Amino acid sequence: MATYYSEEHEWVLVEGDVATVGITKHAADQLGEIVFVEQREAGDEFEKGDEIGVIESVKAASEIYAPVDGEVIEANDVLADNPGALNESPEGDAWIYKIKLSDSAQLEDLMDLDGYKALIG
Amino acid sequence: MTDAPKRTPLYDLHVELGGKMVDFAGWEMPVQYPLGIMGEHKQCREKAALFDVSHMGQVILKGDNVGEKLETLCPQAYSTLKEGKARYGFFTNEEGGIMDDLIVSNAGDHYFVVVNAALRHQDIPHMQANLDGVEVTEIFDRALVAVQGPAAENVVGDLCPAARDLKFMETTVADIDGVSCRISRLGYTGEDGYEISIPEGEAIRISKLFLAHDDCEAAGLGARDSLRLEAGLCLYGNDIDQSTSPIEASLSWAIQKRRKEEGGFPGAARVQKELAEGAAKKLVGIKPEGRAPARQGVEIQCTEGNTIGAITSGGFGPTVGAPVAMGYVSAGHGEPGEKVNLIIRGKVQPAEIVALPFVTQNYKR
Repeated sequence: MATYYSEEHEWVLVEGDVATVGITKHAADQLGEIVFVEQREAGDEFEKGDEIGVIESVKAASEIYAPVDGEVIEANDVLADNPGALNESPEGDAWIYKIKLSDSAQLEDLMDLDGYKALIG
Repeated sequence: MTDAPKRTPLYDLHVELGGKMVDFAGWEMPVQYPLGIMGEHKQCREKAALFDVSHMGQVILKGDNVGEKLETLCPQAYSTLKEGKARYGFFTNEEGGIMDDLIVSNAGDHYFVVVNAALRHQDIPHMQANLDGVEVTEIFDRALVAVQGPAAENVVGDLCPAARDLKFMETTVADIDGVSCRISRLGYTGEDGYEISIPEGEAIRISKLFLAHDDCEAAGLGARDSLRLEAGLCLYGNDIDQSTSPIEASLSWAIQKRRKEEGGFPGAARVQKELAEGAAKKLVGIKPEGRAPARQGVEIQCTEGNTIGAITSGGFGPTVGAPVAMGYVSAGHGEPGEKVNLIIRGKVQPAEIVALPFVTQNYKR
């Protein structure tokens, strides 16, 4: 198990060829109070950089960009009823997707925790 | 804006309170404080919130028959506005579009006008050029602070008993802790409250006296926007602009009967025609049925799938607890209860046209 971070402020927790994806606490704090999350459905395939969802806060809408290529296994349905969970535990219960990785080598392009901490200062 | 954003007299207070500063209409303003937009919004609906609105233009008009002369630029009955009263209005252009909206107060020996921050550069020359024999002076040495919410009367009244005696849309000059301030019982949140013009050097000290009240917290532009949206109040640049007429914008309530009948303001022909025959489109409240907020630019379709308009303001309404929006729909549509579809990021989201405002206005009349 290892956790990677993207420049788009996502975390990617990898277990074999399956990964859990969410946004970082830093990102959630920056977005403010989250009121709606639009997610893709299980089975949807995407490439790194694709828009795979939208997070709406009281302030604005922000896109979620795919950190790697893959396919949605599960979208966290907790967020449909309680989008505010993303503010409370963005790096815990309020994950956004479980995905199947298409190309594990892409993980090498992501950051480790130290790298991410350096990014957000 | 290429120039560095300007700072209001309350800038240091915003920083001290942890305000998140953004550039708004060329001004460095707090979008929120650590309490957050949702908390600040609820604070205003339930208790009282203090907003810095010093970025708006404060203008003094002096001369003979200022009210009558204002009627040549605005469709409001300002010649009959009594001393100590304030009235919402707008400048119209020759095509009947809205140049800006404003508040005019009759202060006895002068008129006091407040205009939008982004349009100060337009409105001041507009008045200077067109109000013959009127001295138009923009005030740069006073802050403007809004204290809004059901507890506003206590927050302000504890320091200034005269404020308690004002009714909605009344204005006076009174001392607050030894400082002479113009206090007007009005605002743009849908709640009871005041806007207070304070000498710049005393603005932080007086604001801190208000904030020292248990029921008062600072609130930023984010909450100000969601509060006015729930209250069904237009934001210039979003819901009204140079092309929209007051009738299209559902602002005919703000044009007094005599002015509707007599005309005599820029664009009167269009306004009177639309009053008689109806406008091509009108501004309505829209309540999405799902959770997805419908923001500015979202297309509105009738249930048959034809485009009938677009959202001009929209977001999450913290007091409503759901998304709320306003937008224009073409003639033949817009009755409360009508079902429509919103096209949000390519997906059809059902919504309903509703009467404005989304929350009950709590003015002290």
